[in-house]
Amino acid sequence: MRKQLMKGNDALMKSAILSGCRAFYGYPITPASEIVETAALYMPRIGGVFLQAESEVAAINMLYGAAAAGVRCMTASSGPGMSLMQEGMSYLAGAELPCVIADITRSGPGLGNIAAEQSDYNQVVKGGGHGNYRTIVLAPHSVQEMVDLTALAFELADRYRNPVVLLADGFIGQMMEPVEFPSEATEPYLPRWAVAGTAAARGNLINSLHLDCDEMEGHSRALEAKYRIADQREARAEEWRTDDAEIVLVGYGIVGRILKAVTAEARAEGIPVGVLRPITLYPFPSSKIRNLVNHARVFAAVEMSNGQMVDDVRLALNGARPVEFLGRGGGNVPSHEEVMRLVRELASNFLAPRARETEHVAHV
Amino acid sequence: MSNEVLADYDIAQCKADAFYDQYDRKGELQHQTHYCPGCGHGNISKMLASAIDDLGIQDRTILINPVGCSVFGYYYFDVGNVQAAHGRAPAVATAVKRSRPHSIVVSYQGDGDLSAIGSAEILHAANRGENITAIFVNNATYSMTGGQAGPTTLIGQRSTTTPNGRSAANEGYPLRVSELLSTLAAPVYIERVGLGNNKQIAQAARAIRRAVENQVRGLGFSLIEILSPCPTIWKMTPVEAQHWVRDVMERTYPLGVFCDRTKEVEPRNVDLPKPALSEIPALLEIADTVQLAGEIPGVPSVVDLHIRVAGFGGQGVLLLGEVLAEAGLNAGLEVSWLPSYGPEMRSGTSNCHVRLSHSPIDSPMVSSPNVLIAMNEPSLRKFSATVRPGGWILYNGDAVPQECLQNDIHSLALPFTHLADELGDSRITNMLMLGALLEITGVLPQAHVDSALSSLVKSARFLSLDRSALQQGRSLYRERQKAMLLAE
Repeated sequence: MRKQLMKGNDALMKSAILSGCRAFYGYPITPASEIVETAALYMPRIGGVFLQAESEVAAINMLYGAAAAGVRCMTASSGPGMSLMQEGMSYLAGAELPCVIADITRSGPGLGNIAAEQSDYNQVVKGGGHGNYRTIVLAPHSVQEMVDLTALAFELADRYRNPVVLLADGFIGQMMEPVEFPSEATEPYLPRWAVAGTAAARGNLINSLHLDCDEMEGHSRALEAKYRIADQREARAEEWRTDDAEIVLVGYGIVGRILKAVTAEARAEGIPVGVLRPITLYPFPSSKIRNLVNHARVFAAVEMSNGQMVDDVRLALNGARPVEFLGRGGGNVPSHEEVMRLVRELASNFLAPRARETEHVAHV
Repeated sequence: MSNEVLADYDIAQCKADAFYDQYDRKGELQHQTHYCPGCGHGNISKMLASAIDDLGIQDRTILINPVGCSVFGYYYFDVGNVQAAHGRAPAVATAVKRSRPHSIVVSYQGDGDLSAIGSAEILHAANRGENITAIFVNNATYSMTGGQAGPTTLIGQRSTTTPNGRSAANEGYPLRVSELLSTLAAPVYIERVGLGNNKQIAQAARAIRRAVENQVRGLGFSLIEILSPCPTIWKMTPVEAQHWVRDVMERTYPLGVFCDRTKEVEPRNVDLPKPALSEIPALLEIADTVQLAGEIPGVPSVVDLHIRVAGFGGQGVLLLGEVLAEAGLNAGLEVSWLPSYGPEMRSGTSNCHVRLSHSPIDSPMVSSPNVLIAMNEPSLRKFSATVRPGGWILYNGDAVPQECLQNDIHSLALPFTHLADELGDSRITNMLMLGALLEITGVLPQAHVDSALSSLVKSARFLSLDRSALQQGRSLYRERQKAMLLAE
């Protein structure tokens, strides 16, 4: 199939429908609205459901209903809307219902502004709702990944019976790049646990209520065991010239793209830089980060926030290597030049001593 | 026996098939419900279960169990069950029903759930005319949590959160949900019934059956509000509680039918045709498109354009960028287009980043362009210093001010808007400038640009104007080159 130039948000929604999504419930918000609008246009055409809900609270509970009925379903929102959906996400996770939520992030707190920021990381990746639960979080960095990771999101949601969030900054949602779609659509199927209004499904119950203490703890442990499996199997990251990298830059989404461009320039200057770009934010690719400590002397997390993902980088390394941080916010992006300055500074602070050591050894 | 008496007998003596024989999901005392003696829920559950039996819909029925005493409906009802968050049952029911249009969806809610935290969800589900049945159990208090006040608590009624009695000054007036919802155009049936005596109970049974039947017939949204005794929280005997329903509650909440459109509305057709799976890519407009025919000259082997286009909103900044990116894609290049939105939008300016490259594009952000198209002076002043040495500035103005021109930067400054006006429309300024850019860079064959333009510009008039503007833009640059050569 020929590549088409398309906005990230449009591509995401088309990929969702190809992946078997047959219900969209949402509430408009910049910069996610194109997803809602694309769903409004195409869902009726393909025999699916589109409904603009009265609020994000209603929208996420509609997802709960559609997922309970065994339909692949999704919604899309951004910062403030995601905050409103947290209660529903906790219920979805508690009742083990699969669904996909696209968070096309903007700036906060409060009304903030509509420009891209990566400050939804904590509320999405750490789970802003109540109780012992996690959501699986995927972070596309290109329009093609909006397509590919959306398909993966539906698969993972079903495999783990858990909400999956696509966390993309406003740039990835708003930009256009050539994309390629799978040539065939996925056939929706009815999960056996669904409450589908049939004789076979009459005994089914979707529930997150467990009155008995032991039963509640057992449920919560079972969820935890499931997250452990996801942790072992699903952590994904792209490594870009990390083989011999002594400085490792860590960033996701649009930042990952900037870091790659910086790597090219820094390598040309002889600085051994590499990029680790998390593709899954939960599970976080901690072991992939730890694997780099043999040659990496310093790590730097670069984000469009005041430092949220950086905590996970620090946890992954657990003090094994220093972790520096560069963040911009409010819609500002860490520029190529800013990151280059950081890289040069890290090179002079962390790599120079070893360069001298090498020299010393050479003289012996 | 009359029908009324029969109904009474059924409700009192028979266990409906729609109930489980034994309540296995309940932890203990699996032969009885968790409801208190004299509680209205017992009656209401029986009425609903016998309606399900009567209508022969047990397999199709899905009960939504939200927070409150009603949450344990799934202990008793041998139907599909979904437990829901506090107040959200109508939203959940909406999606269950729309996902499975042949199912019969009953949202069974208490007054705290429906009229307080869930007031938005019930209002909008009713207003959309969702084909669901809402059972609204009104006992004027939050019972399960120990007797706090709710929107339906009566004036003067004591509760744990209105210890001196509800006052209109502090808590407002009791919310009359049935009256409120009956002002909407969509609901087909809204009735308030009571459980104050056997006659009322028989009427309640008929109303509930009717509300479920409306859904079976595909008519739309029905809600039955039931004034229901709660002896435990009201601190009364079951008999006193029934009296209180009749003598006190009814004064605030009169019984009756508030809305009945069952004779006017047409049943909905839920069996709409669905396209085959194989048709979906075409319906999504992502199927293969026709390739350009004929010989088109190739592009240079090394292309690495970092283009920033900036101007006022409405000058066609984004379209200029889109045409470039689309044409680049047609020509087999790697491309990206990234609009700046947000802070710039407020001051009415607009700009985009476009990259065209022979190799994969790392970053789509253009922080130091090798081509700047400045469609107005503020954009020129904002971005001129970022242009790379050896790069180009195309400026919509008579001349680039000296302070904006660093060493080693080429520029083409012309009053493009004025020239566009002369060509017939100032709105083709963007295409004039794009024409000049195409001529300067020499990267994109015109055929690809034409094809991009015709896929992006739908108006025939503008398509023709844009095409001539592109040609004119090219010749403007050529003429300038000639003039410069002559001057040398």
